[in-house]
Amino acid sequence: MVKYFFSQTDIKSSWEHVFSAFWQRYPNPFSKHVLTEDVVFREVTPDNTLISRRLLTKTNHLPRWAEKIFPSNLARSVFVIEDSVVDLKNKTLTTFSWNINHTRLLVVEERCVYSMSQEKQAWSLAKREAWISSGVFGFSRAIQEFGLARFKSNQIKATRGLEYALSTLHGDGPSRPLKDKEAMEKTKETALATSEKAKNLASVASPHKSNQFV
Amino acid sequence: MNSVGEGCTELKREYDQCFNRWFAEKFLKGDRSGDPCIEMFKNYQQCVQKAIKDKDIPIEGVEFMGPNKEKPGS
Repeated sequence: MVKYFFSQTDIKSSWEHVFSAFWQRYPNPFSKHVLTEDVVFREVTPDNTLISRRLLTKTNHLPRWAEKIFPSNLARSVFVIEDSVVDLKNKTLTTFSWNINHTRLLVVEERCVYSMSQEKQAWSLAKREAWISSGVFGFSRAIQEFGLARFKSNQIKATRGLEYALSTLHGDGPSRPLKDKEAMEKTKETALATSEKAKNLASVASPHKSNQFV
Repeated sequence: MNSVGEGCTELKREYDQCFNRWFAEKFLKGDRSGDPCIEMFKNYQQCVQKAIKDKDIPIEGVEFMGPNKEKPGS
């Protein structure tokens, strides 16, 4: 089972400013959870696109109920790969990122496309999609809900962080959200209700479930 | 921003500075005239790739945008 997330945001900056700011958004006041950032591959392709790979390490904040069940996961940060393509011809920056550890617990994959706004050429559009899934037996729904809630919180921070970088670099204004839409929502349970359920599940879980998941 | 390799942060900063200037002033304007950051990138990569190996970070052989292939709209 996979949770899908979609959002579109107007950014009141030109696509050139957005693409430049994309490389300079860390650190920012909203990125305390991002510990390190490295470019590990970069190339200008024969058809003049710029492809890059960045490796990020992020803290792995889990809710208290998950910390009790998966104490081993606190030990390591999350490694995230972010691959990107800058296409000047189409004026798009496409990124795809996903975590490469803690994958049995939770996988979050995100695709973003930044492009010149069709309505207003001085503005840009940020389209963001995410797929959130957990393979842990008996807890996957609770973990996915948590993953989705954390992703939503982080994507707001990411937007704020990019705006911050834009205003620092170019003095551009903040963005305005276009619409927020979630597709394929199976339930309307809140994260709190789900974590309550997980606590009940935890109390009946068998002892051998505290294995390493990394 | 720090590098994952503690001793690589300075090299990373030098390279980032060079890249950001080249990206905004050359690449975005369609200027194809050579890459002034090649040496800096090489030095930085030597450092960071070693740190990645030492820390057992599993990025070896991971296909570019691999998981994107099975996603709708890719």
